[in-house]
Amino acid sequence: MDDPTEVKVGIPSDFIKFADNQLKLNGQLISYLESESGGYSVENIGKLGDRERNILFKNKAISTRWDSCSHKTKEGYLISILVELSAGVSSSEADRDDSVEQKPDEPDSSAPIKKPGGVASGAGSENEIRLELTGITKIYPAVIANEDVSLKVRRGEIHAVLGENGAGKSTLMKMIYGVTKPDAGEMKWQGETIRVENPAHARSLGIGMVFQHFSLFETLTVAENVALALPGNPDLKQLADQITEVSNKYGLPVDPQRLVHALSVGERQRVEIIRCLLQSPKLLIMDEPTSVLTPQAVRKLFDTLRQLADEGCSILYISHKLDEIQELCHVATVLRNGRVTGDCIPSQETPHSMASLMIGKDLPVCQHEAPAELGDVRLRLNGLTVESDDPFGTSLQNIDLEINSGEIFGIAGVSGNGQQELLYALSGEEPLKENEAIVICGKAAGKKMPDARRVLGMGFVPEERLGRGAVPQMSLAENALLTAHAGGMLNKGMIQVKVMNQFAKRCIDKFNVKCGGENSAANSLSGGNLQKFIMGREILQTPKLLVAAQPTWGVDVGAAAFIRQELIDLRNEGTAILVISEELEELFEISDRIAVIANGKLSPSKKLADTNIDEIGVWMSGMWPGAENSEGQANA
Amino acid sequence: MLRLEARAEPSQLMSYASPLLAIVLMLIGGLILFYALGKDPVEGFRIFFISPLSDIYGVSELFLKATPLMLVAIGLAVGFRANVWNIGAEGQYIMGGVAASAVALYFYEAEGPHILFLMVLAGSVGGMLWASVPAFLKTRFNTNEILVSLMLVYVAQLAVSWLVHGPMMDPDGFNFPQSRMFEESALLPMLVEGTRLNAAFLFALSALVVGYVFMYRSFFGFQMQVAGNARDAARYAGFSAKRMVWIGLLSGGGMAGIAGMSEVAGPMGQITEHVSNNYGFAGIIVAFVARLNPVGIFFASLLMALLYLGGEQAQQYMNLPSSISNVFQGMLLLFLLGSDVFINYRLAWKRG
Repeated sequence: MDDPTEVKVGIPSDFIKFADNQLKLNGQLISYLESESGGYSVENIGKLGDRERNILFKNKAISTRWDSCSHKTKEGYLISILVELSAGVSSSEADRDDSVEQKPDEPDSSAPIKKPGGVASGAGSENEIRLELTGITKIYPAVIANEDVSLKVRRGEIHAVLGENGAGKSTLMKMIYGVTKPDAGEMKWQGETIRVENPAHARSLGIGMVFQHFSLFETLTVAENVALALPGNPDLKQLADQITEVSNKYGLPVDPQRLVHALSVGERQRVEIIRCLLQSPKLLIMDEPTSVLTPQAVRKLFDTLRQLADEGCSILYISHKLDEIQELCHVATVLRNGRVTGDCIPSQETPHSMASLMIGKDLPVCQHEAPAELGDVRLRLNGLTVESDDPFGTSLQNIDLEINSGEIFGIAGVSGNGQQELLYALSGEEPLKENEAIVICGKAAGKKMPDARRVLGMGFVPEERLGRGAVPQMSLAENALLTAHAGGMLNKGMIQVKVMNQFAKRCIDKFNVKCGGENSAANSLSGGNLQKFIMGREILQTPKLLVAAQPTWGVDVGAAAFIRQELIDLRNEGTAILVISEELEELFEISDRIAVIANGKLSPSKKLADTNIDEIGVWMSGMWPGAENSEGQANA
Repeated sequence: MLRLEARAEPSQLMSYASPLLAIVLMLIGGLILFYALGKDPVEGFRIFFISPLSDIYGVSELFLKATPLMLVAIGLAVGFRANVWNIGAEGQYIMGGVAASAVALYFYEAEGPHILFLMVLAGSVGGMLWASVPAFLKTRFNTNEILVSLMLVYVAQLAVSWLVHGPMMDPDGFNFPQSRMFEESALLPMLVEGTRLNAAFLFALSALVVGYVFMYRSFFGFQMQVAGNARDAARYAGFSAKRMVWIGLLSGGGMAGIAGMSEVAGPMGQITEHVSNNYGFAGIIVAFVARLNPVGIFFASLLMALLYLGGEQAQQYMNLPSSISNVFQGMLLLFLLGSDVFINYRLAWKRG
């Protein structure tokens, strides 16, 4: 027990060892914390309430508070949090383990942060290479995240980093942003070899990053959230003005006074982008920024990015969407399994050639024939109206809808326009007062609970997987029982363990869920795999009506195509399917009819053949023929 | 210096070892306590923990005392697993005893097996009625069941006190606050000749078996576990949260009520103000020491019963006050909660 390194477990053990050497590691600690929190400054983390901190560190309960910490120094506080955090890092989350790894004997690990001022800043020519990576390698215990990656970003260049989920894009970006240190390789910033110590260092160099997963405090306003990321105590009023100014300049409307919990996903992303832009970066890293925007908003964002690039800012644009990259990016670097599989100029490539670089084969395409004869009406909404309790929620107004057996009905829309409320009303988690407002398979079901609606033949896939679609601590088999219990898993109220296990196994096999078996706990799976399991659980029950929210959210390209194909096959067997998604491409790939929800109202529906992405995009801002425009635009 | 550091994941081993560790620490604490009181610790240990079990009668007393604890704990465990915190088993126990006594006194001098049957029924209904108050208030007005059930304990204590001073008082009892002694037909049959161990012990054992099946094999038990682990998932699956609250509280109340019945129709043979002997609260400790597991509840009840017996012995032979039992119970719970820290944390030795 004498050797402190022996009693620790998990990856951060190296880090804890270093933590003994407090002063040396101050920078490391800060970067670890800041990376974990998505870029907040350390003092501010300490001052937060428990609730906020828990949101910040997701599932990790951090009990050490700044005021109650026995060490009143920054280092002492950092270390006490770190000890807590380190134990919370599970080995499955390789992504997070790394930030603490470092070669102990590296001579410059304690070197002072270099001021960017010494470098020729912005004075270079058009062709100046702003960032150059050579032979960057990052190895995690279980997986090689990046191997010998090299790329160059020039001044004013929009450079795409293209790759599937897990290809190593995010790890690479984290290394550039100082969240993680490479195991090997060299990084040059404006011609000078550097080692980015932590995100604060990166920001001082002029590198900004918009994270894929937002880390905003729901109980604080937009302005307060932005203030938290800035050093010191900025004046909130002045900051609000700045926010408004930036948001107008770059077409990112957001009200600085609103509380974040009332913002839609799209709006939250805008806050993240604005937070970055306020620091006028020279290199902006965007991690999958468009997934929640309308096509028009995407175009606006592209205008913003082009504007930034023209002003000399370099942009690293991470995405797996080929069309976007073709439209926006000057250069693309394609990653597969952590390695660069090619560099290309997107405008000279076809989507197919880029896809084969990205996934090593042709992009899978769903077989989507025209629907057969439509059958009976499986879901009917009669003037569905729901008043939202939440002052910032969206009330549903008079929604009429009919979905027949054998068709897939897609509802597009920017998040925060009533999708949540509609989903809760449909699932029965918020039963209605009007029984006739929802008719499932011919039976009025507005007042029915979710289990009663399942009995009528409805399956439901919620947006949140962990904690709603699945019980985190329970096994996959038990999670199958959660909704699939009607299929012979119960006998006089007793659980038939065999049937339950068999169902779970079937689901795991068919949907290629990567896990340790039907007895693994739901929270041991990655988000994409759990999504596959939940989709599989609902599809395997062959419901008469399936309502799915974001069916392929976070699932990699190949698996997403598989799930879409399964949905189409299910439709061909006569199921009526309602898909609510923010991914227009997905809706256009699988839907037979499509409508838009905006401001809690549903547009008329259109057959897929009679419409196109542009028209739906216009509708997504609330302006379809016959809509009352006086209500103003949607929350786009 | 020694310090706590968080574990990567909760330790399975520790979650079972922690109750054992708590027991060992309680024993050590007890030895120190005896020593501090000027008693011989070894002798104290012998009297407290060994001598109560030295003969058949002692063992039968152990089972007798463990009976109400098992009943209360298994009923509570059902609710606790769904995060329904019924802290008022003590009051439900009393009201079960009161209802059973009412039946016994109503049928005073009557004969027949229906009397005992009705008493069991009345006991469970009495407990359930008392538990239904917090259940109703929780489901209707979202009140806190911990507070309501706990406060109702004191109402029940005052109610039983009033009853034995009034309507239920023995008319020939020289104004003592207690009821008549029950007739033979209102007393539970004995299991072992010459002891006080009665049929209620069989109730308790079957309650454990039923509880096990309910918790681990039935769909209701599954639903309650889901509700305890992830509320949103329970809502998504359509498991009614209200039903969970009702099942949780009624099972606790019903079992506590039967425990109360077993006491008045068993060793007491009448109802007095002191019908409960703290079994309702001790049952909470039992449920937690047992990790809400029916097998664990069996053993934890025996341990807790031993503390009651040891306390009596210590009064008799060592001149210690009767609260010595409570002190041991308190130590057990304290050390258990303390040891539970090590499920999520470990001790580390750190230089400097």
